[in-house]
Amino acid sequence: MTEQFEPVIIGFTCNWCSYRAADLAGTARIKYPPNIRLIRLMCSGRLDPTFVLQALASGADGVMITGCHPGECHYLEQNYKAMRRFLLLRRMLTQMGIEPQRVKLVWASAAEGARLAQEITAMVEEVRALGPLNWGKVEVPAFSPHPSSLKEEVPA
Amino acid sequence: MSENGSKPKFAMYWAAACGGCEIAVLNIHEKILDVDANFEIVFWPVAMDAKYKDVEAMPDGSILLTLFNGAIRNSENEAIARLLRRKSQILVAFGSCACQGGLPSLANLGTSQALFDAAYDGPSTDNPQGVRPQPQWAAPEGQLHIPEFYPAVKTLNQVVPVDYYMPGCPPESPQIAAVIDLVLQVLGGKAALPPPGAVIGAGDSTVCDECKRARNEKKITQFVRIQDVQPDPALCLLEQGLLCNGPATRSGCGALCPMAGALCVGCYGPAEGVLDYGARLMTAVASVIDSTNPAEIERILDGIPDPAGAFYRFNMGGSLLRAGRLPRKSKVAHEP
Repeated sequence: MTEQFEPVIIGFTCNWCSYRAADLAGTARIKYPPNIRLIRLMCSGRLDPTFVLQALASGADGVMITGCHPGECHYLEQNYKAMRRFLLLRRMLTQMGIEPQRVKLVWASAAEGARLAQEITAMVEEVRALGPLNWGKVEVPAFSPHPSSLKEEVPA
Repeated sequence: MSENGSKPKFAMYWAAACGGCEIAVLNIHEKILDVDANFEIVFWPVAMDAKYKDVEAMPDGSILLTLFNGAIRNSENEAIARLLRRKSQILVAFGSCACQGGLPSLANLGTSQALFDAAYDGPSTDNPQGVRPQPQWAAPEGQLHIPEFYPAVKTLNQVVPVDYYMPGCPPESPQIAAVIDLVLQVLGGKAALPPPGAVIGAGDSTVCDECKRARNEKKITQFVRIQDVQPDPALCLLEQGLLCNGPATRSGCGALCPMAGALCVGCYGPAEGVLDYGARLMTAVASVIDSTNPAEIERILDGIPDPAGAFYRFNMGGSLLRAGRLPRKSKVAHEP
């Protein structure tokens, strides 16, 4: 039997919407894969890109950032800040060789338990298809000017 | 003076560096005489002749103070870092490269292969025989070796424990002079050493804090590049759409660049408490983009053509991700 790759996804959820959506999914017994580890923030605007980088550098295969729908932020407009940070961060991650599918921004209100479960399921399958990120554990192959292969682990 | 009457020993070394740090040390002017009066300089390849074997012959811990500048680019850099760590009581990561990887660590965004292609086959390179450096070569006189080139540039503390960090590209000379004064006071028993791991010769705030330009509420609708505009001499550069790195960068330089009308490029490294320099800068910059429309935000972000380079110019090696992952063609995603 071959073992299926189980990605680890860190989910940053907003206390006022998506965390409650996940709660609602649980109450309603809607199933979503256990690959996502939810971390509750007070607001998506609390999301520092450092959290995403720390998650990826520490072994996560993907990160899902969730927040209230635009216009519905409990703190007026912090979810717009989250969106701007996400759009900028994604450009930087692409340059670093991280596929854009690994870091996602999802809007989910407290009533959208089913939708959040669906988004999580879809993301887990997408990241599963991409394979492990293994940040910091990939050996860089030797390149032609230096035939003696470097065994050393490099961060990426 | 130490107990046996001889002067405490001082060393300075450059790894993957440009030599600017050494010039900054010499720029302390007559203070260099204090260094010479109070220290015996035992190893400083730029300033005096000494061989690696001379250092190897010294007893462990016999050098009181070593200023190590430059990043770890190859096996020689790492070997000397380990050697000097063993021989030194106090090892200081001196300058941006030793602290955070500096400019050399921007090479971590690409592959070593691409780097060698650019250096040995670039458009400005005349190399008809296609010569490439070989780590080993059988010469008639015997086997020759050159240091192995590492796939990614590392910071000093990624290979050996470091006692203190002194950032800057280069560290500002008055800051160097102040640190030397402090060390002399410590030697004279008049001051105590800072706690291990401390950043010395710098402030604990941000460059913005030292910058005298006027600041209002920032609302950026467009990023512009410094060569394309004539910046207002009194207004915050970031407010004018110029990607100034001041908000994330440690103070200590006196905000020299922004005060002179040039962008802060972040050479003093992450401000106190900042884990990842670029992440802090991205947070600051994205927050003040004046749009709530994803398509409009993407258009504004198009004004930053190289985000990784712009946000980690001096700080890639010390960042959380440290290096790019794949030799893939990087195509920036634009879909919402």
